[in-house]
Amino acid sequence: MIGYALRRLLQAIPTLFVVVTLSFFLMRLAPGGPFDLERPLPPAAMENLKRLYGLDQPLIVQYGRYLLSLAQGDLGPSFSFRDLTVNDLFARGLPVSATLGALALIVALALGLALGTLAAFRRGRLADRLVGLGASLGLAVPTFVTAPLLQIGFGLSLGWLPVGGWEGGSPRNLVLPVLTLALPQVAAVARLTRSALNEVLVQPHIRTLRAMGLPPHRVALQALRGALLPVISTLGPVAAALLTGSVVVETIFGLPGIGRYFVDGALNRDYTLVMGTVVLVAVMVVTFNLIADLLAAIVDPRLRLGA
Amino acid sequence: MTAVHRPRATSLAALARRRLLRNRPALAALVTLIVVALACLAGPFLTGHAPGRIYPDLVRMKPGLAAHPQPDAVRPAIDRLAFRMRLAVEDFAVKDGTVRLTLTSPKPINERSLSYLPRSDLFGPPKILERSGDGRRLVVETRIQRFYFLLGTDVVGRDLFTRCLVAGRISLLIGLTATLVALIVGVSYGAVSGLIGGAVDALMMRLVDILYALPFVFFVIVLLVFFRAGLWLVLVAIAAVEWLDMARIVRTQTLSLKGRDFVRAAQALGLTTPAILVRHIVPNTIGPIVVAATLLVPRVILLESFLSFLGLGVQEPATSWGVLIAEGSRALESAPWMLGAPAGFLVVSLVALNVLGDGLADALDPRLSEPG
Repeated sequence: MIGYALRRLLQAIPTLFVVVTLSFFLMRLAPGGPFDLERPLPPAAMENLKRLYGLDQPLIVQYGRYLLSLAQGDLGPSFSFRDLTVNDLFARGLPVSATLGALALIVALALGLALGTLAAFRRGRLADRLVGLGASLGLAVPTFVTAPLLQIGFGLSLGWLPVGGWEGGSPRNLVLPVLTLALPQVAAVARLTRSALNEVLVQPHIRTLRAMGLPPHRVALQALRGALLPVISTLGPVAAALLTGSVVVETIFGLPGIGRYFVDGALNRDYTLVMGTVVLVAVMVVTFNLIADLLAAIVDPRLRLGA
Repeated sequence: MTAVHRPRATSLAALARRRLLRNRPALAALVTLIVVALACLAGPFLTGHAPGRIYPDLVRMKPGLAAHPQPDAVRPAIDRLAFRMRLAVEDFAVKDGTVRLTLTSPKPINERSLSYLPRSDLFGPPKILERSGDGRRLVVETRIQRFYFLLGTDVVGRDLFTRCLVAGRISLLIGLTATLVALIVGVSYGAVSGLIGGAVDALMMRLVDILYALPFVFFVIVLLVFFRAGLWLVLVAIAAVEWLDMARIVRTQTLSLKGRDFVRAAQALGLTTPAILVRHIVPNTIGPIVVAATLLVPRVILLESFLSFLGLGVQEPATSWGVLIAEGSRALESAPWMLGAPAGFLVVSLVALNVLGDGLADALDPRLSEPG
């Protein structure tokens, strides 16, 4: 299994290379530069700035240099946050985004699996319909609607929770952002669990277990093992997206995560910051897809042969 | 005598239609969608307000059935206007939707200043009933306008209902068009890849895998930021992201169809690959394609509204539900209905599309047997 994991990571290198190359040249083709201000700088100052950041070199040299420093784990200096490197920015922001994302993922899995199982075991009854309706709503309401609604409800009207801010990650400040992030995922996990369980529950081995008189919760555990597979396989990209932060949630709740860096970086033509975010997200996607596949192999022994 | 019961042959489409019509939630969703679409198409002509019409004196009106300006708003409005006309209001009476005013001034009144009244949106053209001899006193009568804002007005005084309907046109248009583009690209790519197979298939699917690994929403954002956002770019960018799923679904279907006897027979008869694709493969993948497309529309609409929320999508003066939601969340404390109204339209449409998609999936699933 370790050999398989290593092989997968090696296979990911060409993909990452394509990602880096594409985004590097795409960005440089675009009009505008990082030092375009309302009032243009004097040409000499512009020259100096460009030399400082190596932007006076031919594009291909810049590309080579970027790859070289990237291979050493150096994402370069940020253009818009003066005196800070992209690594510094991530070191500050990633813990915030990752904390929120990890908590949201846990909430999504716990609630989603529970609700999905409930719906499958009460198929066609009221509970099933309620879960179905809730899941449709959860998938349809965008986070930029949920977040303000939660702010109004729990923040302004009831006054139970702060409407925003980080405050060193105090639990009270975490509740609303985590809830906002988790809700659509709860809906997605519940739907998947329900439909997967519905397929598993009619299979012979489950019928046998039932016929043998196993109590329902034991049957549920057995069936859930088979039904986990589709949930796990969709979890890779979801986990990557959650952990790398959300522009919407971080903007609305005023959190110092890294979700905002991408849009801000693109708007400021902060080449290194945008590149850094792209690389980070791509690495996360590759990693979490691998983790999801490894988990799937643990749940379903048949998949190990294919590895 | 007994009637001979002869089972009628029913096509898959007929079976699917029958199953769909029996699925009450799906049917309700379909009706909802038709109503929303018709309202967005025809509605803006029927609300009585042009989409861009601004009523500067009717800003942030609450939603409701009441006519605007409301009775208690008439006196302050008159006072405000009189101040601008530099006249004093000596007498004020409201009767049957008209106002009778007695206006005075230390100097002779320039009657042209009365045009402030109709220009304010709140009152009709003024009628002078009496003039005093020295021209320093006027009795004027004017009609109070009656405007209806079912969903209220926004921060600059535009009718929110009309705005939501006009925005819906753009949102639905983007949803349908981007889906169509993704559909065409994805279906042809997937079908070709699956049918040809071998090294070509491996190469084509490897490309899809690489594209999957790209943080594509990020690319869309870069594109939109760097190359001036616009409706068409949004469309193309979204379609470019969303065809991958479709290609995978169609390829899997094609692979399973390829080994079937009717395709082999067609090949043995010497049909060309394009002919087999068009005649035998694509029609047999219609079910999953329809389902995937129906479920893709809400995703596209959601993605567009996300981009518009960030200010990268549809640009003023054009508007979409995402744009309106963004405006609404900025005015949340003073005018919460500005978030509620477009969010309501968006959520209702998305839920309906998802329910319809699920209903279609059930209806087209051949594993479900037809009872009765």
